[in-house]
Amino acid sequence: MSRNVLSVSGLCKHYGDKPAVNAVSFDVGPNEIVGLLGPNGAGKTTTISMILGVLEPSAGTIMIEGLDVATHRSAALACTNFTAAYAPLPGNLTVYQNLRFFGLIYGVKNLSSNIEKLLEQFALQAFRNVKVGVLSSGEQARVSLAKAMLNRPQLLLLDEPTASLDPSVASEIREVICTFAKTESVGVLWTSHNMYEVEKVCDRVLFLSHGKILLEGDPKTLPQEHGEKNLEELFITLAREPLAQVEE
Amino acid sequence: MRFNRTAAILLRQFYLMRGSVARLLPLFAWVAVDILLWGFITRYLNSVAQAGFNFVPVLLGAVLLWDFFTRVMQGVTTAFLEDVWSRSFLNIFATPLSISEYVGGLVLTSIATSTLGLVVMLVLATTVFGLSYLSYGLMLVPFLLVLFLFGIALGIAGAALVLRLGPASEWFIWPIPAMISPFVGVFYPLSTLPVWMQYIAHILPPSYVFEGMRAIVLGGTFSGTVLIWGICLAAGYILLAGWFFMRVYRYAVRTGLLARYSAESAS
Repeated sequence: MSRNVLSVSGLCKHYGDKPAVNAVSFDVGPNEIVGLLGPNGAGKTTTISMILGVLEPSAGTIMIEGLDVATHRSAALACTNFTAAYAPLPGNLTVYQNLRFFGLIYGVKNLSSNIEKLLEQFALQAFRNVKVGVLSSGEQARVSLAKAMLNRPQLLLLDEPTASLDPSVASEIREVICTFAKTESVGVLWTSHNMYEVEKVCDRVLFLSHGKILLEGDPKTLPQEHGEKNLEELFITLAREPLAQVEE
Repeated sequence: MRFNRTAAILLRQFYLMRGSVARLLPLFAWVAVDILLWGFITRYLNSVAQAGFNFVPVLLGAVLLWDFFTRVMQGVTTAFLEDVWSRSFLNIFATPLSISEYVGGLVLTSIATSTLGLVVMLVLATTVFGLSYLSYGLMLVPFLLVLFLFGIALGIAGAALVLRLGPASEWFIWPIPAMISPFVGVFYPLSTLPVWMQYIAHILPPSYVFEGMRAIVLGGTFSGTVLIWGICLAAGYILLAGWFFMRVYRYAVRTGLLARYSAESAS
């Protein structure tokens, strides 16, 4: 059995007395797309921030490719990448300059040819010398994804990658990510509020609420197992449950 | 520590400057204006003062050295502020880049930008106003070294302050050189200062540079040991500033400040 790309164990983050993430444990394997679902404030972005090493956990461990993020941060993050709607790339650099800058940081080999491939793959050749800040949301999302795939990561973290995109662009983006994940043996952790998207792309989903994982399973069968019509209804039911009931 | 990552930080700043007159011009325009202004002042003072005393190496030389120090400090802080202004922290710090590599990149940027300013100042001061840096002898090298090291230290400390207090606090760091200048005796001997200010002056490395410069130009002697102390003091400030930046960074990672740091959200 192949080793997990990501192993999160007993992860907690407290702000004072208030828990933002509370004893969360899960794994992501290679070739696997795992959806991290939950209402706003459930702890999804907090979890991703901890995995990315920009937020220190109060407790727990995060292993990426067998490397502990707390003690081997650089090596662990060298095989990781991410894209998030709230983390724009430097808008005052062009598309090419951004890819070159991040390519150097990630130590990408054959950087120039890799950039050319990504520009072609994401149909960004026309925007090569355009500053990222002036691109449309869809174009910026494509640049962010190109940056996220630059170092051929083993772990890809996607925090609402298709938020604010029109359905056509979102569909294209989903297809690119899925193809990348399956062909490159990548583990993907994907947050989204679009249940149609989650059902379509994720192999497994984790429902997070009040900083805890409530449910885990196959997005195609999970709703029926819990007496709901579809994933969206299951999401709404879980999101509206008060914490006390959830804990029971 | 990997050099390619440090070089990436420098490359980013190069990209920004290459495409922006607004970034490139201030690297040498303001120091050139300063040299012109003080050059004419010294020329005027030479014409009205006693014959035989040359104000050029004393005043214009002091302005040149002080502006170099200011450019070094601002070279670090401005490079850091570019990441604040473009809200790039998350993308930059969620990479394998280490803090020492990041700060190293800021220092490399400062070396490049301050050298440009220094060259412009030297060319103007020597060709237009006849400043001969030979009048400082070989001591010019340690003078520049002390100012460079202390400028880097203050730049790193200023960047840490902005990281800790938020983007709006950049206004605290711009006046730092102006606040220090009365204590370090850029234009007058430290003996002019009241005793309490002299105590502060002795813990500020530039004081040793300007005292030394005046002693040499006025034909006196200046102990190399004192200057070595100035260099050690400045190097100590760099270590202190690096420690401060690292401490602030860890605080930002622990409290979530870094994860949500942006021009809009940070107070």
